[in-house]
Amino acid sequence: MSDLVRLTLTEARAALARRAISARELAEAHLAAMESARDLNAYITETPERALAMAAAADARLRRGEAGLLEGIPLAIKDLFCTEGILTTAGSRILDGFVPPYESTVTRKLWEAGAVCLGKANLDEFAMGSANVTSWYGPVRNPWTRPAEETPLVPGGSSGGSAAAVAARIALGATGTDTGGSIRQPASFCGIVGMKPTYGRCSRFGIVAFASSLDQAGPLTRTVADCALLLQAMAGYDPRDSTSADLEVPDWIGGLSGRIRGLRIGIPAEYRVEGMPVEIERLWERGAEWLRAAGAEIREISLPHTRYALPAYYIIAPAEASSNLARYDGMRYGLRIEGDDLTETYMKTRGEGFGTEVKRRVLIGTYALSAGYYDAYYLKAQKVRRRIAEDFAEAFREVDAILTPTAPSAAFRLGEKSDDPVAMYLNDVFTVPASLAGLPGISVPAGLSTEGLPLGLQVIGRAWDEATVLDVGRALEEAAAFTTLPYGLAEAA
Amino acid sequence: MALDKTTVARIAHLARIELPETQLDALTGELARILEWIDQLSEVDTEDVEPMRKVMEIAAHWRTDEVTDGGRREDILKNAPETHDGYFVVPKVVE
Repeated sequence: MSDLVRLTLTEARAALARRAISARELAEAHLAAMESARDLNAYITETPERALAMAAAADARLRRGEAGLLEGIPLAIKDLFCTEGILTTAGSRILDGFVPPYESTVTRKLWEAGAVCLGKANLDEFAMGSANVTSWYGPVRNPWTRPAEETPLVPGGSSGGSAAAVAARIALGATGTDTGGSIRQPASFCGIVGMKPTYGRCSRFGIVAFASSLDQAGPLTRTVADCALLLQAMAGYDPRDSTSADLEVPDWIGGLSGRIRGLRIGIPAEYRVEGMPVEIERLWERGAEWLRAAGAEIREISLPHTRYALPAYYIIAPAEASSNLARYDGMRYGLRIEGDDLTETYMKTRGEGFGTEVKRRVLIGTYALSAGYYDAYYLKAQKVRRRIAEDFAEAFREVDAILTPTAPSAAFRLGEKSDDPVAMYLNDVFTVPASLAGLPGISVPAGLSTEGLPLGLQVIGRAWDEATVLDVGRALEEAAAFTTLPYGLAEAA
Repeated sequence: MALDKTTVARIAHLARIELPETQLDALTGELARILEWIDQLSEVDTEDVEPMRKVMEIAAHWRTDEVTDGGRREDILKNAPETHDGYFVVPKVVE
C-alpha cells in the first residue's frame, strides 16, 4: 500500500501545495488501494476515469497557482448525493439505472474547490439503517475486525461505505449524511471523525431526501482538522434549499485551536442508559477527565426527555420518509414493474423496488399520518420533539458543549440485530436527540473496546456553534492520541 | 392501539406497496412491536406544548418571482422507463 494514502487530508493538501506530490499520483494511489480493498464493498460505483481527469485539471490549477481549498484531494461521495452523469442509487433498487442530469449543491461546491471524485460510497437503502446492511448493493464490511479474527463486522450506518472508505485509506475524506446519527455512529464504529453540522448549515439540494427536517450533510475524515477543512468547503447558504441558513460560514480551519480553557462541558445524567457496557461508561469518564485536564469545567446536567427521543424520531422520520418516497412511482425514473393498470404498476414497482426496512418505515409513516392517528402519533411526536429541543436550550444556558458517548456499543457482527428492528434502532440512542434539536455534533475516536475495536465520544454544541464543537473535538483527539489502524492495515504497514 | 393484518394491508395499499402474504405476516408483527415501543411517548406531558414545525428559527428567504430554470425536457426525460415524442409514457389511466 502506497504511503500516499496514509496522509491526512491536511498533510496531502500541504504536500500538493508545495508540489511535493501531484494530484495524479495521489488519485492513482487511491484508485489502486480501492481495487485491492473491494472486499469491503465500500463503493457502489468507482469513477477512476473521472478521478484521473479531475486530478489532471487539479494539477494544472496547482501549476498555475490557482488552487482551490481542496485542490487535488480525492474523496468518496455517499451515494445519496446526486452527481451529474454518475449513477446515483441511494442504495435502492428503485433508483435502478438513475443517472442524475444535475449536481447536488454540496458536491458542486467540492468540485469547485478542486476535489477529485473517487466514486460513490455504499450506504443503507435511502440512508435508513445503522449497520449498512440494507443496501440493495450488499452490506459493507468494516475494515476493522477483532484482533486475529476474521468475522466480518458492520461499519455502522447509514454512511457505512463512506466511513469504511476513510478508515481503510481508500479515500482521504468522504461526504456523509446524518438524519439520526448516520455520520457520527459509523465514524465511531470505524475509528474516524464524523460531524453533523447544524441543521441548515449545508444545502440539501440534490441529496436524495429521507426525512427533510432532520437530514444534514457532513464530513467523515481521519482527523478533526481534516473535518474542519472538508466542512468549510461543504457549508454555505443555497437559495435552492429553503431551509439552508443565510449565515456567514465562520473560518473553522483558521479558528481551530483545540483550546478549551474555561469552557463549561455538560455531562447529561440521562445518557447513562440501562445496559450500557461498563467500558463505554469508563471511556466517557476518561473523556471528561481529559477535558478537565485541558482546562474545561465539567458540569453535571440534565436532559430529562432523552429517553423519548428515539420513539419520537421513529414517528417523525418515517412520516417524512413516507411523504418523500411517494415520488418513486416508476413513471419518471428508476425501476418500473408493469401491472395490469396504473395502481398495480405503482404497487408492484414499490413492492419490488423497496427493501424491507424502507417498507417498514414507509408503512409506519403512512400509519402515523393517516386519518385518526395523526394527532396521537405525529402531533404528539412533534410536541415531544419540542420538549427535547427545550431540554438542550435549557442546558446550554449553563454549559458551552455537551460530552456523551457516540454509540452504546462498538461495531457488531454482520447479521447481528438484523431481525430485531428496535434493537437496531437503539444504536442511535445518543445521536438522535441532537438531530431532533437540529444541533451540531461530532464523533471523535477516543479509545478501544476490550475486544480491540474503536469507540467514539460525541460532542454536541449550540446551534451554529460548530467552532466550539470542533475545538472540544480537537482537545479530545489530542488527549486520546488514537493512532491504532484497522488490523489488516497495520500488518500491511 | 393494536395493529392487525387488515390494518397493515390497508396502509400498504395507501402507500401503494404490494406485499405478498408472507411479508404481510412478518411486517404486522414487527410494526406492532415498533408501535408498542413508540407508545411510551404517551408518558410525556405535552399539555400546552406547540408542535415543533420548524427546526431552526431563521426567517424564510424571499426572492423575486421569476423563472430561473426550465426548458430542460431532454434532461428530464432521460431517466424515464418509457417515453414517446417528448412525453412520459404511463399506463392507461382513463378508460
